[in-house]
Amino acid sequence: MGVDETLGNNVITTSLDKLVNWSRSRSLWPMTFGLACCAIEMMATGAARFDLDRLGVLFRASPRQSDVIVIAGTVTKKMLPVIETVYEQMPEPKYVIAMGACACSGGIFDTYSTVQGIDEALPVDVYVPGCPPRPEGLLYGIGKLQEKIMNERNSFGSTLGIGERVSEV
Amino acid sequence: MSEHAAVGKLKQKFADAVLDVVEFRGETTITVKKEQIVEISRFLKDELGYNFLCDLCGVDYLGKSPRFMVVYNLYNISLKDRLRIKVPVEENDATVDTVCNVWSTANWHERECWDLMGISFNNHPDLRRILMAADWEGHPLRKDYPLQGPDREPYQGRLQ
Amino acid sequence: MAQTETMTINMGPQHPSTHGVLQLILELDGETVVKATPHIGFLHRGVEKLSEHRTYHQTIPLTDRLDYLAPMSNNLGYVLAVEKLLGITDEIPERAKVIRVMLTELTRIKSHLVWLATHALDIGAMTVFIYCFREREAIIDIYEKISGARMTSNYFRVGGLSEDLPAGVVDDIRAFAEKMDEYVDLYEGLLTGNKIWQKRTLEVGYISGEDAIDIGLTGPALRASGVDWDLRRDNPYSGYEDYDFEVPVYEEGDTFARYKARLIEMRESAKIMLQALDKLQDGPILADCPKVCLPPKQDVVNTIEGLIHQFKIITEGFEAPEGEVYVGIEAPKGELGYYLVSDGSANPYRMKIRPPSFVNLQALPQMVEGALLADVIATIGTLDIVLGEIDR
Repeated sequence: MGVDETLGNNVITTSLDKLVNWSRSRSLWPMTFGLACCAIEMMATGAARFDLDRLGVLFRASPRQSDVIVIAGTVTKKMLPVIETVYEQMPEPKYVIAMGACACSGGIFDTYSTVQGIDEALPVDVYVPGCPPRPEGLLYGIGKLQEKIMNERNSFGSTLGIGERVSEV
Repeated sequence: MSEHAAVGKLKQKFADAVLDVVEFRGETTITVKKEQIVEISRFLKDELGYNFLCDLCGVDYLGKSPRFMVVYNLYNISLKDRLRIKVPVEENDATVDTVCNVWSTANWHERECWDLMGISFNNHPDLRRILMAADWEGHPLRKDYPLQGPDREPYQGRLQ
Repeated sequence: MAQTETMTINMGPQHPSTHGVLQLILELDGETVVKATPHIGFLHRGVEKLSEHRTYHQTIPLTDRLDYLAPMSNNLGYVLAVEKLLGITDEIPERAKVIRVMLTELTRIKSHLVWLATHALDIGAMTVFIYCFREREAIIDIYEKISGARMTSNYFRVGGLSEDLPAGVVDDIRAFAEKMDEYVDLYEGLLTGNKIWQKRTLEVGYISGEDAIDIGLTGPALRASGVDWDLRRDNPYSGYEDYDFEVPVYEEGDTFARYKARLIEMRESAKIMLQALDKLQDGPILADCPKVCLPPKQDVVNTIEGLIHQFKIITEGFEAPEGEVYVGIEAPKGELGYYLVSDGSANPYRMKIRPPSFVNLQALPQMVEGALLADVIATIGTLDIVLGEIDR
């Protein structure tokens, strides 16, 4: 029982892994965490023109029922403990998309009250730059996250409790 | 150049409180002493009809004395007229009487002035921080507070 | 004897119905609200302090991100304040003024569409959300053709506009303004006669006219409480005195009256846009102030004065005379005020923004006292608050 143990490396386990990865990536449920202007672009991506529902993305209000958190907007020092509490309430496997320049690196607000990028506190999987990023940009970012999830290994094993989920950097 | 009507009436009633009158770009600014600000506000609201307080803020003139100015931007809805009242506040006695009893809208504006500038308001019903976190130290909008905050390096510019 | 206590619950800052990061601490007696305390500041980005370290031109993109639903409106207020400080308000060319009015009214429709979409979504009408965002996409296409960005336009400049309108966009604007009446009829058909909508909004969130003036409420919320005050008509700016439009005033002071007032404002904005399109004529788009406005590109590359002015204005910025001004405009949410203090340098010494939503939110505790919990959601929606503006 080592740290790098997996369920196995044969064709059956990798097919099961692929099945789990495919089902997870095709039904990502984000939590509504719109903070500022990027939230409006996120809503526009969910609206009729750039429909997010066709990708299986359904916005949930509760962190207990969501897979991914899209940090859309500026993160301030007053808001950071709230974000960390909400992130801890999300069940594994969970992913983070940093949407917009403010979430990636602080944006144009290089001031006393702004956190310079949400990756100071949360492990970010996909960065979507822009101010605000176009809805096509967010769709591309979600597509990249789906690719990243598809390339994970030992997903089935980790759901059984054998070993950890291994995702490439 | 004709004077604003309110200036004459204010000088008549509060002759020793009016410190300065400035007209710039069609706007009148009257600087008054801070001790009588509540009576002056009530006079302006009840007698002269300035029933709407658009804005209340503080300005930090670091290096000058008095250091702070509290600025009241007023509006008369029936006459559609604007007026500005300024009150000088010293650094070592940074307090002003509250005008919440004259215009209730001053409540949050004064809280913000306390939070960001450090000017406290006497008899305010609920003076606590509004925009910064409750345990924040310092008053960020003062000129001697660094832009990036006290715990980060200041921005050096493109040329290092 | 049984003893009852009130229950304190926390709503937000992460909540789908709070339109941003607003925290409400509600004391409830069953379902009735005894006391509501808003906590703000979760989006305080330090825009006012940041503007003290930027030149007057570099502050224009910062103002885009305040009320991010109506970016051109914020730009207009700031640019008018700087022009008043410099004393060049009379030199703005006619074409620039007409385009400013046209685009600001388009922005008003855009902001009201998002208001209606989110307000209706909170109360439960999801179809209205999809329809309003569809109309908003048409406006965003126009924004993108004109300024290059979907939301944060950064299009107005001190002295006029940054660029002239591209070819063909005038027809798009005319087509949109002509169809606006039909769109508003569609929303009214879905909501106004709807019994559920009426039950959720009639007599909810009442505030009287005198209380509204005292607490500082402005905009359509004030006009729905019986006070006839509109800065476009009473203290006109940028040529608004030449346009013919109605200002809706209702006496009831409840959510339904505010809803009706904003729908009529959408229709009137379309009327103003059509009048502006008829007035539009060729001409310059920047005032003739070489020290303030950027010169046209062929002067920059061909003449030496153009090059020098371009270099100085971009790198150092222009200097404003010492003094202070306050300019208030009628933004979609209420009176947006900019108080600028200048000390003679190229940066604003102090820029105070008077956000309409900040002051409108102050009225929330007295509007929901004694109301049901569901009415709190309706009242937040009807006040039309946007946290980017409240927290700056």
